[in-house]
Amino acid sequence: MRADTRNRLRAGLAAAVLALAPLTGFAAWEPTKTVEFIVPAGTGGGADQMARIIQSIIAKHNLMKQSMVVVNKGGGAGAEGFLDVKGAKGDPHKIIITLSNLFTTPLATGVPFNWRDLTPVQMMALDQFVLWVNAETPYKTSKDFINEGKARSADPAKRFKMAGTGSKQEDQIITVAIEQKTGLKFTYIPFKGGGDVAVQLVGKHVDSSVNNPIEAVAQWRAGKLRPLCVFDPKRMPYKTKVTDTQAWSDIPTCKEQGLEVDYLMLRGIFMAAGVTPEQVQYYVDVLKKVRETPDWKDFMEKGAFNQTALNGKEYADWVAKEEARHVALMKAAGFIAK
Amino acid sequence: MEEFQSLMQGFVIALSLKNVVLMFAGVILGVIIGVLPGLGGANGVAILLPLTFSMAQSPGGTTSAIILLSSIYWGALFGGAITSILFNIPGEPWSVATTFDGYPLAQNGRAGAALTAAFTSSFVGALVAVIMITFLSPVVAKFALEFGPPEFFAVYLLTFCAFVGMSKESPFKTIASMMLGFAMAAVGTDPVTGALRLTFGHMELLNGFDFLVAVIGLFGIGEILLTLEEGLEFRGTKAKLNLRVVLDTWKELPRYWLTSLRSAAVGCFMGIVPGGATPASFMSYGVARRFSKDGEKFGTGMVEGVVAPETAAHAAGTSALLPMLTLGVPGSPTAAVLLGGLLIWGLQPGPLLFVEQKDFVWGLIASMYLGNIAGLIVVLTCVPLFAAILRIPFAIVAPVIMVICAIGAFTVHNAIFDVWMMIVFGIMGYVFKKLNYPLAPLVLAIVLGDRAEASFRQAMLVSQGDMSIFFSTPLVGVLTGLAMFLLLWPVVGALRTRLKGR
Amino acid sequence: MSEGTSGKPAIKTRTMEIAVAAFVLLCGALVIYDSARLGAKWGEDGPQAGYFPFYIGLILCGASVVNLFGALAAARRDNSEFVELGKLKLVFSVLIPTAVYAGLIGPLGLYVASSVFIAFFMRWLGKYAWWLVAAVSIGNSVFFFIIFEVWFKIPLPKGPLESALGLG
Repeated sequence: MRADTRNRLRAGLAAAVLALAPLTGFAAWEPTKTVEFIVPAGTGGGADQMARIIQSIIAKHNLMKQSMVVVNKGGGAGAEGFLDVKGAKGDPHKIIITLSNLFTTPLATGVPFNWRDLTPVQMMALDQFVLWVNAETPYKTSKDFINEGKARSADPAKRFKMAGTGSKQEDQIITVAIEQKTGLKFTYIPFKGGGDVAVQLVGKHVDSSVNNPIEAVAQWRAGKLRPLCVFDPKRMPYKTKVTDTQAWSDIPTCKEQGLEVDYLMLRGIFMAAGVTPEQVQYYVDVLKKVRETPDWKDFMEKGAFNQTALNGKEYADWVAKEEARHVALMKAAGFIAK
Repeated sequence: MEEFQSLMQGFVIALSLKNVVLMFAGVILGVIIGVLPGLGGANGVAILLPLTFSMAQSPGGTTSAIILLSSIYWGALFGGAITSILFNIPGEPWSVATTFDGYPLAQNGRAGAALTAAFTSSFVGALVAVIMITFLSPVVAKFALEFGPPEFFAVYLLTFCAFVGMSKESPFKTIASMMLGFAMAAVGTDPVTGALRLTFGHMELLNGFDFLVAVIGLFGIGEILLTLEEGLEFRGTKAKLNLRVVLDTWKELPRYWLTSLRSAAVGCFMGIVPGGATPASFMSYGVARRFSKDGEKFGTGMVEGVVAPETAAHAAGTSALLPMLTLGVPGSPTAAVLLGGLLIWGLQPGPLLFVEQKDFVWGLIASMYLGNIAGLIVVLTCVPLFAAILRIPFAIVAPVIMVICAIGAFTVHNAIFDVWMMIVFGIMGYVFKKLNYPLAPLVLAIVLGDRAEASFRQAMLVSQGDMSIFFSTPLVGVLTGLAMFLLLWPVVGALRTRLKGR
Repeated sequence: MSEGTSGKPAIKTRTMEIAVAAFVLLCGALVIYDSARLGAKWGEDGPQAGYFPFYIGLILCGASVVNLFGALAAARRDNSEFVELGKLKLVFSVLIPTAVYAGLIGPLGLYVASSVFIAFFMRWLGKYAWWLVAAVSIGNSVFFFIIFEVWFKIPLPKGPLESALGLG
């Protein structure tokens, strides 16, 4: 209640200031205390890394007057973080970074929240997924891999073992999507983090993974892993050589090789519901400055991110479309909680 | 020899005045973090990350940055023992096993000796681990790749078998206590299918019972309630308050060289795998109790019972940095944040780090030596200061401890619910202790239950339900066999005495 | 059965033993119930979500049944007391304020609640002079505020006082 009236007052004030000084152009609203940046995942994962990079860039370039703290709330596959922001209606001092669990967690566990309980602020990037195998295996293209996988599908004990992060989340969704397109059968084995998955693949305890580029790049460069294809309709744009012979742009898309599966993961920022447009605009502006820094561009290249960045209605529309897609994918995979 | 030269170069880099100052600052900050359960090492490192981001831009800055952050890590490893020994409250999970003998020692008026033993063995453990990293890292890093799900399960099984099966309490109470721990570990999201277990629709239970909340309650609050019965004061107030106690304890320590060596080996192994510092400390305590000639007296205040877990925890904590650097797999939450730091500074942990970033790697390894020496100096000079805390009257210290515990419980998930859970655990600790239900198996089950179950089920997925996977390779076979051997050891021993008796 | 004469026993050990064993039995039953709901069988490719908890629940029930019978059997012989009335009062003299403290964290914020708790404890149980009480209780919260909020940027619950001071 109190926060509501305060916000209304502030919004009114902001409107008044805007009306009086339409030409000065500075943001009408600014945080009045430390901003909490919630990560709905544990420390060390992709979302956590990105949140900490954003925080570091903001601190380094002095992009905000108030400070920002990163808080990890990863319980219940991220439900903890989302429920926290859902409950903080009208609080402009809380932002949250999302990964695919924004869609998958409520569907898989039945925990009551939805992205419509939040206010979309800014899409920062989309994370890529690449099909990896151990470099010592003979598979050079995804076709080789799929053909061998199909031949082994009949006997459960001989099936390809696909390692992934978490259960009923992006990695397993991609796995099931491949199964549905090709008729191949995997044994999906969930691990705690992307780093673990990459090491299990290097150690030949599993046959393949769909790691994000940043999780596997070190092992690729060391010649331990081999990328087969990327699950993006377009090739990655980064042309600098990563290994002696290959750049990210040399990895073919799965579509090119006849594997009709594409998947990109949202790395976007949301706020609580009930915040004013001025407050959203403030963060959009700050994040725009973040994306313009060389540090950010460097990070994007290192992780081979897809740099699509949307905000406003476009962003909301994109999220809505993505949600529908996840519902369809998860329904097909039988992952929806009863 | 090449390693030696690189190391010397590393020392030159690490020994600049700026880096030494950062080292001491980091260690002191780390000790504070280790003492207050609310400030995990992960938090401390995370909070300084943005600062180091600009630091890393200057030439040689990355080395300074990692020196600062890793020194916090050392400091936190040292600091965790302090509250365990003084108040039975483990500041960090890996110091739980330190309470078993450390706290009784403090109650017997030997807080100074316990602290000195803890700090010194931490140092020894770290030193062994760093020497191993210096000379054996290429070999050892490959070893970690051998570990798949069945191997991990075998390691957890080994930890359990090393630790249980020898408590003096009624076996059925031990079983009940341990199973209660497993049940608590199962609450929350199932790691393999993602289903919610045992939450009964309560969102507060999504996260399950956190280890830290349980430990703060069971040990810390429970102990305060027990202390209350004996009047409003702490025992062990007569602790000596000068630095002589350090020298006296040092005279005693060489006697436990075998325990130290064994514990360091256990720690290094668990760090590289990476199984983590917490299981390492439990396993090492269990093994020491089994093989020490004073094993019977463990738990009543034996210096050896402090040496074993502390050596192992610190050796594991240190050697865990190796898989982090060479494979990009963090062995602990703190290591995970450090790993994030490396990425932010533009370094790529992985097999090539040792080739491409020689200066950085050897600077870091050199700082491991120096940071631990700095840490030892800081904490040892403070031994009398820490011991003096016991002299503050109960009516002042007790509420402050309660507040620290509450903050610690709250910060785990930023939930007041956890403060309530802590109080419930406190009552449980008080009642269980009075009725001789052992708490240690319960705690161990909470720590390892989830992980053990996850790796067991991963292994079952790999083998499609075939149990023989736990004997399928020499490595996993040896681990499982060793676990079985340790589990049956008391039975064998009992049989032998009975046969002799006839 | 209740012929305890020495001192003033509040609770008998045997009563407590029985209560705890029964409580653990109940926990075990709950675990079994929820595991059965999730599926506690050995699926095609390994155990289902409820498989382990189910057996844990079973063992838990088994062990506590043994403990329960042990306690019932010992009840005739064992007449020791779990805790004396006087000691129990002492324990509750700390437990109740702690519970109140936990209840106050929400509305007052952690820092104010902590100050109140420490002040109460020092004054009531320690009978210290007011100036010392004030110094320690307020000093403690200021110290923690600086460490957590300022240095480490870990937000703890704050209440009306912090908002009024412009700190929250």
